[in-house]
Amino acid sequence: MSTSKPARTGDYRLLWTSLLVFGLVGLSLNAFGRKAGMANRFVEIESMERIEVADVSTVVAGSSRTAIPEITEWVDPKDPRIAAGAVKPIPGVAPITWQVRSLVSAKDAAATDEARANGDASAPEIVRSPIDSIGVWVAAFLTLGIFSFLYRDNPWYKIAESVLIGVSAAYWMTNAFWSTLVPNLFGKLVPDIVREIAIPKLLPSESPNADFALAVVPLILGFMLIWRLAPRGGWISVWPIAFIIGTTAGLKLVSAVEADLVAQAVATMKPLVVLAQSSESATTAANTINFWGTVGSVVGLIGVMTVLVYFFFSLEHKGAVGKTARVGVWFLMITFGSAFGLTVMGRITLLAQRFEFLFNDWLNIG
Amino acid sequence: MLQRTIPILILAASGALLIIAYFSPFTTSWGEVVVDWFNVLAAVAYVLGAGNLLAVNLEKVSARRAGWAYALLTLLSFGAMLAFGLFKIGAVPNADNPNVHFAGSYESTQSAFGWVYEYILSPLTATMFALLAFYVASAAFRAFRAKNLEAILLLGTAFIILLAQTAAGMFLTGWIPEASMFAFLRLDWMKVAITEHIQTAGMRAITIGIALGIAATSLRLILGIDKSYLSKN
Repeated sequence: MSTSKPARTGDYRLLWTSLLVFGLVGLSLNAFGRKAGMANRFVEIESMERIEVADVSTVVAGSSRTAIPEITEWVDPKDPRIAAGAVKPIPGVAPITWQVRSLVSAKDAAATDEARANGDASAPEIVRSPIDSIGVWVAAFLTLGIFSFLYRDNPWYKIAESVLIGVSAAYWMTNAFWSTLVPNLFGKLVPDIVREIAIPKLLPSESPNADFALAVVPLILGFMLIWRLAPRGGWISVWPIAFIIGTTAGLKLVSAVEADLVAQAVATMKPLVVLAQSSESATTAANTINFWGTVGSVVGLIGVMTVLVYFFFSLEHKGAVGKTARVGVWFLMITFGSAFGLTVMGRITLLAQRFEFLFNDWLNIG
Repeated sequence: MLQRTIPILILAASGALLIIAYFSPFTTSWGEVVVDWFNVLAAVAYVLGAGNLLAVNLEKVSARRAGWAYALLTLLSFGAMLAFGLFKIGAVPNADNPNVHFAGSYESTQSAFGWVYEYILSPLTATMFALLAFYVASAAFRAFRAKNLEAILLLGTAFIILLAQTAAGMFLTGWIPEASMFAFLRLDWMKVAITEHIQTAGMRAITIGIALGIAATSLRLILGIDKSYLSKN
């Protein structure tokens, strides 16, 4: 019979409240009590300006923007072609200005501050970025939320998880929209509109009618695919699904045979005896055997052949075949062990990076 | 006919066309058209996924089922990120065409979309994967037992690979001269030998097996032998 006494809820409440209070006090002291502060982010600000210009022969003094039908372009006011007289700003068109803010490290920011203090006017303008500092706080909050799952499932983790699902779905959908649907679908259905509002450099088609007709097919298939969400007529979506499966099968069949089957077989069929490479004399190199290289080649060939024998199920794994397959299993175990070790190290590297973020970027105590 | 024959024909035609396009230069452009359609449909599949996400979570919220507040948070996150991305809110103008709003880049942290990527999506994804370090280690500790030769090989290899990538690995065997006949006892040497020769051989055989499997499955689909994709409809 167990004699351990169950912990009372009040004990845990006191523990968590104490942790929360100490945590908040510690964070406040770290944020406001130190000159260096925490969650600092710095940006380099670059001012940009563009003016609309046209070929000098088309711009007549006093003419309005609408009177210039020729192709124009937006250039830097310091563009040498303006000074050379090749192009001329279009009268009545206001320049467009904006700022480009690029994140820089605290080290670079400090170096630039020092350079500016020493009178270097060419040093870029670097300022603190409150919006990015808020971002660091948000990232730290969510990172700790995910780590809190190590204790147990809790609301903090669930908040982080819910945000991840929503943001991730929207991220991929947005990327698919701008990188595929706009240029490959809308760019062929309504190229003028796409050129006007999204991709000014969209190349004109040599056969716009054929492109339009060809783009209608995926449009219809796309609608049929979305029909899957409708309560009735689910079979309609089978047509695009069949197209997707067929295309994948066609692409994969060729690429798997070419890149995986043939290429891997070719890579296996190498000379077993490896000669030493010497920069001094080609003759010497031709006569010297690289012992470990040769062993590696032999082991590699034996590994591939024995593992393939293990995967060959048309023969019963008995006798010589069984023994060969057993050697194949040893190779597989070493492969899996190696893959496991590399995977664990990859995850630990990621973990270290998250701790680096928390201690360096957020707490600023690294 | 509509529900079975036409999908089988569509699958066979699209698959066969791509295989023919690979071998015949006269049909390469046909293959490119089919791949373009495929890319568009793959993008539409994201819309389908988003629609499904909306349907599931909206139902949860409207029925006030357990955890509906988290479903609402998912919907809000999804809606906000989608609006940031589709409308390119705060996007940096395109230097060549600053007058065209949607030509701007939404990937820098200056834009709302880029900010959410940098400070929400990227840290969350990285931390999720980092969390696996604990679970992989925990599962390995509970499951790995050196009870036979195969298990010993797996454990031993994992141990060597892990140790070779740490400072302890260099400390233990780094003193052995690289040019000596005992260099093969160095952990870094062992790691290279294992990954370059044995692991490569194992992965090569696995890759060949997978390629044969893909080729066989693809042929079964294109020839209409495998019709499992029709079964749910």
